[in-house]
Amino acid sequence: MADTDIEKKMKITVLRYRPEQDDKPWDQTFEVPYHHGTSLLEALFYIKDNLEPSLSFRWSCRMAICGSCGMMVNNVPHLACKTFLRDYDGQEIRVEPLANFPIERDLVVDLSDLIEKIELIKPYIIPSAKDAKMPLNRNFKQSPMQMEAYLQFAQCINCGCCYAACPQYKLNPKFIGPAALTLLYRYNIDSRDSGALQRLPFLNSENGVWGCTFVGYCSEVCPKKVDPSSAIQLGKKMSATDYVIKLVKPEE
Amino acid sequence: MEKYQFDVAIVGAGGAGLRAAIAVAQADPKLRVALISKVYPMRSHTVAAEGGAAGVVRDDDSLQKHFEDTVAGGDWLCEQDVVDYFVHHTTEELYQLEHWGCPWSRKPNGDINVRRFGGMKVPRTWFAADKSGFHMLHTLFQTSVKFPSIHRFDEHFVLDLLVEDGICRGVVCYDLQNGIFRQINAKCVFLATGGAGRCYLFNTNGGIVTGDGQALAYRHGVPLRDMEFVQYHPTGLLGCGLLMTEGCRGEGGVLYNKDHYRYLQDYGLGPETPVGHPKNKYMELGPRDKLSQAFWNESKKGRTIKYPLGEAVLLDLTHLGEKYLHERLPLICELAMTYSGVDPVKAPVPVRPVVHYTMGGIETDGRTATRMEGLYAAGECASVGIHGANRLGSNSLVETVVFGKAGGDAMAERAHKVEDYDSPELARQAEEAEKRALSLFDIKGTDSQGKIRHEMGQTMEEGVGIYREEEGMQKTIDTLKKLKERYKNVGITDRGRVFNTEWMNLIELGYTLDVAQTMVYSAINRKESRGSHQRLDGPNGAYKERDDKNFLKHSLAFLNKETGLPEIKLQDVKITTFQPAKRVYGAAAEKAEAERAAKAKAAQEAK
Repeated sequence: MADTDIEKKMKITVLRYRPEQDDKPWDQTFEVPYHHGTSLLEALFYIKDNLEPSLSFRWSCRMAICGSCGMMVNNVPHLACKTFLRDYDGQEIRVEPLANFPIERDLVVDLSDLIEKIELIKPYIIPSAKDAKMPLNRNFKQSPMQMEAYLQFAQCINCGCCYAACPQYKLNPKFIGPAALTLLYRYNIDSRDSGALQRLPFLNSENGVWGCTFVGYCSEVCPKKVDPSSAIQLGKKMSATDYVIKLVKPEE
Repeated sequence: MEKYQFDVAIVGAGGAGLRAAIAVAQADPKLRVALISKVYPMRSHTVAAEGGAAGVVRDDDSLQKHFEDTVAGGDWLCEQDVVDYFVHHTTEELYQLEHWGCPWSRKPNGDINVRRFGGMKVPRTWFAADKSGFHMLHTLFQTSVKFPSIHRFDEHFVLDLLVEDGICRGVVCYDLQNGIFRQINAKCVFLATGGAGRCYLFNTNGGIVTGDGQALAYRHGVPLRDMEFVQYHPTGLLGCGLLMTEGCRGEGGVLYNKDHYRYLQDYGLGPETPVGHPKNKYMELGPRDKLSQAFWNESKKGRTIKYPLGEAVLLDLTHLGEKYLHERLPLICELAMTYSGVDPVKAPVPVRPVVHYTMGGIETDGRTATRMEGLYAAGECASVGIHGANRLGSNSLVETVVFGKAGGDAMAERAHKVEDYDSPELARQAEEAEKRALSLFDIKGTDSQGKIRHEMGQTMEEGVGIYREEEGMQKTIDTLKKLKERYKNVGITDRGRVFNTEWMNLIELGYTLDVAQTMVYSAINRKESRGSHQRLDGPNGAYKERDDKNFLKHSLAFLNKETGLPEIKLQDVKITTFQPAKRVYGAAAEKAEAERAAKAKAAQEAK
């Protein structure tokens, strides 16, 4: 285990914005003690408990699974709970709300656009007419290999880091974007699903997979290694003509 | 104040809340459902559940076995008719999640796979690697999107219930994003707000698990049942307390003390099983209360390992190999690496018991109705009666969906029977609640909510930890009383209304303090040892034993409005077919079972 005894100090600058008081965002700098195991989230706890109780940020699980604490750390989207001060030894940290979303208050952004896009793409199993009647005493047969095909794309925690990283989303807020397109692809390739045709308008629209220019930064910053850019490239393949024709053909 | 009219208002959008919302929507798409959560639904703490959910599927398993494991695991403090309903509905609910897209781990033939879990006689835990709660929650949330009758109020924090003529008629909440208040009238209110692990300092729970629903019900005269039973999970990471799932041991992980000795064999869980050959209900697959108690005793004997962050034993998974660990326990590998700097593939992980789960909660009947008309509760915030004095791992995830569904059905039925209701009295109550919340801004005090929260967590661990004594509990009672006084003297520096977490956290702390009091008052009143409630005191140590004569009873904590303190009453336990017996594991359990079988056979032959 790491040595927890040595305590150091770090300067952390946080972007502040209180809509009822501030005309525009401003910087506030704090000095925070830390040791080997201190996460950025714990540093923010320290600030809120001891230095600036009015600082607002979202958090809950502390274990990188609830997706609450996405924020910009030195201009890169990260989960605060999975970011450690030790990795910035000898530097300063600048924390800002997730880029490309409207700031609601301090480090809290308005995520409604992300949530609405997730809702838009029909993120649920649309079974075939036959499967819809399956009784509740048996399961779909799905081999481990069939599951493997989509499982990685089902690991998204909706933290929004990929949207903060996406240059396309920044230019065109209508772009459905990495997380929602990945989720769309995840359901399309699930062997239990027959809803690809219903999702097609979202997949191949100009705001769908073709809006992506394959920069790949979304995959780089994803804290859960979901690899949205690869899901989108696979989605482009799926959106290509012959595949679409196959889909439109009636079920045999 | 904005006002709304709904058929059903659901507070909390984790496993139970989402499942209830979908059940109402499926029962009748015309019913208007308000789904209110203080976070976005996918942040709910269901997300952090790792190991899995119990449902009988194997040929060598039976509903009877699941029933017996659950009742014995709860040290006979379970409502047996409710456990019976529960075991009959778990498997269909898990298949339902499968049909909705939950990626349950599979066998090579494409069917559901199950793993071993503590205190369960047969492997019956469905799992989605070690992210079972995460996948369940996202599946439920995404499925809920299908139903237009579910109207979500995301990031809305509930301040009070609206109650007129003893009937629950709605809630009043604060919209964090817009900084405004809303009155939501409804024919049924469903509390699904999760547990209260944040009463304790060292816990596996997310920051949002502050006992809101329990406190709301309790303040309105609905009792909290069996609150003294707080589960310590035996394997949390040092420092942060994050959970290393019981699935680690289900897959074959073993526990060593500082002498590299598998100490569990000294605590009625042996004989030792060979490494790599886990056996149900033996050793590391004993129940959580027994394992956490064993740690405490090892610590007294000086046989734990001392680290800068505290004492620990070692959870060894190395013999399982990299491929298997990365397939079955990927999150565990990630968490141990990230938060402890230990790669479980290469080295054992230091772990210790950590507060994990609130067995008790809002008293309900077997279909989630509380004793207040119109008010329902399910999930960790409720006590529907299946966990007794100790919950078995993998029973609570499935509880959320079984009783979420049952509650949704019950509410749909009520919604068809009663009319919409509104009155000046409800508006008055909503305004009162708003005023009360806003009055916190007027306090000019100097105390710090952070300090109060910390001292509350500390005193709960000292007084109502794994082992308890009268003196320690009394001290905790006194400390909590002082903390509640100090609570009135906390000033708020943040004057804003939009996303004011300083203010909201203070209200949450008020909830948590109330719930903490019910825990310790229930505990000091229970003069026996049962399940997770273990005492060391009493005349000649009398409270060290289970006392069925006096305490085969539930505790009910009522708020005494005059004193502001909990008043504890006892309530009979429903026993149907499974008479209380000595609770044993390991070889002793097999012996007891053989004796029972022989006796039954003899009785059969005598007929």
